[in-house]
Amino acid sequence: MKRSSLFVLQLLFTLLVCAFMLVPVLLSLMAGLTRNFFVGLASGLTFDWLIQVWQAYSPTVWLSLQLALACAVCVCVVGVPAAYALVRMNNRFSRAFEELMVLPVAMPGLASALALLLTYGQFGAFRSSWLFILVGHVLFTLPFLVRPVMAVMQRQHLPVLEEAAASLGAGPIKRFFSVVVPNCRAGILAGVLMVVTLSLGEFNLTWMLHTPMTKTLPVGLADSYASARLEIASAYTLIFLLMIVPLLIALQAISARLSRGERR
Amino acid sequence: MTAITIRLKGCRKAFADGTVAVHNLDLTVEGGETLAILGPSGCGKTTTLRLIAGLERPDVGQVFFGDQDVTRLPIERRDVGMVFQNYALFPNLDVAGNIVYGLKIRGVPALERNKRCDELLELVGLHNHGRRSIHELSGGQRQRVALARALAPRPKVLLLDEPLAALDAQLRERLRSELDLLLRGLGITAVFVTHDQGEAMALGDRILVMEQGRVAQLASPREIYQQPANAFVAGFVGNLNAFQVIAQSPRGLKVCGGELPWQAADVPATVYCRPEHLRVMDGEGHLHGHLLAQFFQGAQSRLLVDVGGPQPLLVDSSDNQLHAVGAPIALAITPNMLFTLNA
Amino acid sequence: MASTPRAAWALAPAFALLLAFWLLPLAHLMLLGAQRRDSLGSGYWQVLSSAQYLGSLAQTCALAVFVTLTALVIGGTSGVFLARQQFFGRSALVALLTFPLAFPGVVVGFLVILLAGRQGLFAALGLQLAGERWIFAYSLAGLFVGYLYFSIPRVILTVMAACESLDRSLEEAAHSLGAGHWRVVCDVIIPGLAPALASCGAICFATSMGAFGTAFTLGTRLNVTPVAIYNVFTNYANFAVAAALSVVLGALTWAVLLLTRRLVKNAGTVL
Repeated sequence: MKRSSLFVLQLLFTLLVCAFMLVPVLLSLMAGLTRNFFVGLASGLTFDWLIQVWQAYSPTVWLSLQLALACAVCVCVVGVPAAYALVRMNNRFSRAFEELMVLPVAMPGLASALALLLTYGQFGAFRSSWLFILVGHVLFTLPFLVRPVMAVMQRQHLPVLEEAAASLGAGPIKRFFSVVVPNCRAGILAGVLMVVTLSLGEFNLTWMLHTPMTKTLPVGLADSYASARLEIASAYTLIFLLMIVPLLIALQAISARLSRGERR
Repeated sequence: MTAITIRLKGCRKAFADGTVAVHNLDLTVEGGETLAILGPSGCGKTTTLRLIAGLERPDVGQVFFGDQDVTRLPIERRDVGMVFQNYALFPNLDVAGNIVYGLKIRGVPALERNKRCDELLELVGLHNHGRRSIHELSGGQRQRVALARALAPRPKVLLLDEPLAALDAQLRERLRSELDLLLRGLGITAVFVTHDQGEAMALGDRILVMEQGRVAQLASPREIYQQPANAFVAGFVGNLNAFQVIAQSPRGLKVCGGELPWQAADVPATVYCRPEHLRVMDGEGHLHGHLLAQFFQGAQSRLLVDVGGPQPLLVDSSDNQLHAVGAPIALAITPNMLFTLNA
Repeated sequence: MASTPRAAWALAPAFALLLAFWLLPLAHLMLLGAQRRDSLGSGYWQVLSSAQYLGSLAQTCALAVFVTLTALVIGGTSGVFLARQQFFGRSALVALLTFPLAFPGVVVGFLVILLAGRQGLFAALGLQLAGERWIFAYSLAGLFVGYLYFSIPRVILTVMAACESLDRSLEEAAHSLGAGHWRVVCDVIIPGLAPALASCGAICFATSMGAFGTAFTLGTRLNVTPVAIYNVFTNYANFAVAAALSVVLGALTWAVLLLTRRLVKNAGTVL
């Protein structure tokens, strides 16, 4: 097929944007794997930096994973019923609630963190446990589960399905678990992946909420950027990217599937 | 302004997935005539219209407007007016804004623009609607605004893509006759696409019936209906009764239920007629059978008559006389209304 | 529906969570901002009367606006292109362009350092070409690049989604009336995308206002409000001013979001 010069120009522009997105990531990959970044690739490739990072920072990785999983569970328990209620109610109150739910994401994270810290900071045991960070993460990630689940529920004409189940004699609890949840699995899965991804990378809230005993991966990253040598910081970033990119690929696959279903 | 002739010479268009939408199409639309392109969905009728419009470029072949080869001209330089199926009115502009859009692009001064806009609003019966938002309009009003917008720059050719399909039945009927009057009054060369045979018959000076990207027949509505070129055309425009010929007889052809008058020397395997060309007789007729069912349709009624053939005959009778189910029925055929078809 | 009150119970856990851990702390924060610690007056008064804080707020706003506009132009161009054209490698390109959306601010800050820091790509490039290191990572320019880094993917995603729902026949109609390529872009595509662009722009603005991680990585000397809040809180333990600054920053962000919602709602009736 013949392409116009406009097409070529736009393609070049987009490739340039892509380069802007990609080059720093590649630089970081390279820096994390070369023996000496100032000398360049000539100094040879090595896994030493990765090993050093793992020795120094592996607790942050485990804590972040623990937080992300706990966050996903909490958000599911709170968010799926909430999405269900919002779809069923669909009135002024439910729309106001939706707005309210999105606010912690729209507001600067630092402000939310400060508010939490100044209000609940005096409860020592709570303050110093990882649960304190968990609360922040749940608040921040809640809408990212509720939104896609609501979208799937609306598309599946859930109220009608539920009326059908009710006509067959299923009570509300039974309906929720036998009709509602199975029919929005794809939405829940997409939401959970998003929640885990965001929780793994959350920094704005976490930096204020963490203690020296509860350092998450991004907090450790910030630490290493401030104090460690470039290769260590890069290797650490590489570990983070290795954790997050598969999640993002899975997320894109699922959302592609969801939007295909939408078109059908 | 004399109306312009449109010619397509050997146009072929295939899509990226390999399906051929139009095969080697040769077509001439005479100046001032209204051509209806009729066919089932996927037959290539919309692609043909888009080739004329310049929204698609043929892979092979040429498009002429008068003597000018416009094959390589994009739509914005072909000077065509187009009415889209869903009207495609710009939602960010009001009615007048939509109508003068084409004039603005041509650099027509504001004063003249407004005059032309009023003229067109008058023409389509929407005076005083100029400042309305598109969202305040009903379906029929939108259709008229789309027409006014297409006509405003005085295009050489008017193209309409299923112009009435988005309207409900009653409104469609009314706008169809309005459109007919308008097109005749303007004397502009017009091409429109439809899948509705009634619309094609009512509006088209000639009808192009398309089947799978090829011309099935190009003729006047009367010819298409009474002498369809093949079984596809006959079946697509109206209903059909088929008679298997059993043998030749002195008075014509022997078929299930009786004999049909037939003068020609050759003996076809099957002959056809339209339901309204069979008449219910009081006494003797060409065919005899009994009534299976009768459907009252207002101005006429449709009878299903079993004459012993594989399919019951369809009869459209305008006398609306009520027959009992199972009653014997005699049918006569209007002379010269039997025809044969190429497979 | 009869079961609406029953359905409302399912909302209770989420409501309790938001009430206890967000609404209540936020109200507390607002009150804290009004506290007076010494002769300087309440936190709000100190913020609103200090040239330094007001300056940082203005700078943050200006930066966020500038980032938003640039991201809209760049992301809009690429987004329309990616949504409209089919070519080999398109989906891979889209995937690559949207990954950075999930990168945390600290990582973006680090990437900016790799690009334009003391040992960055631009420094090496500048040394080669001009004999001097080009370093701009630790300034507002670095922050600008960092904010662009996570704003562009957002715009591209939104614009691509909005393009899908644009009515192609509108463009064809404009062409049929004689409009050329640029006319169609101005008269049909941009008005069609306007609501999506506005709401996406508002979110880009909000993210840029509150992005603490990037600024934190690039250096705490940058005079943007999130950093100022952090410094006031940790270095001076001035809770009142930190709370007041947070409230003002939050209110500004929220006002812009709300305003856009209003405008887009009006635009929505046009669409």
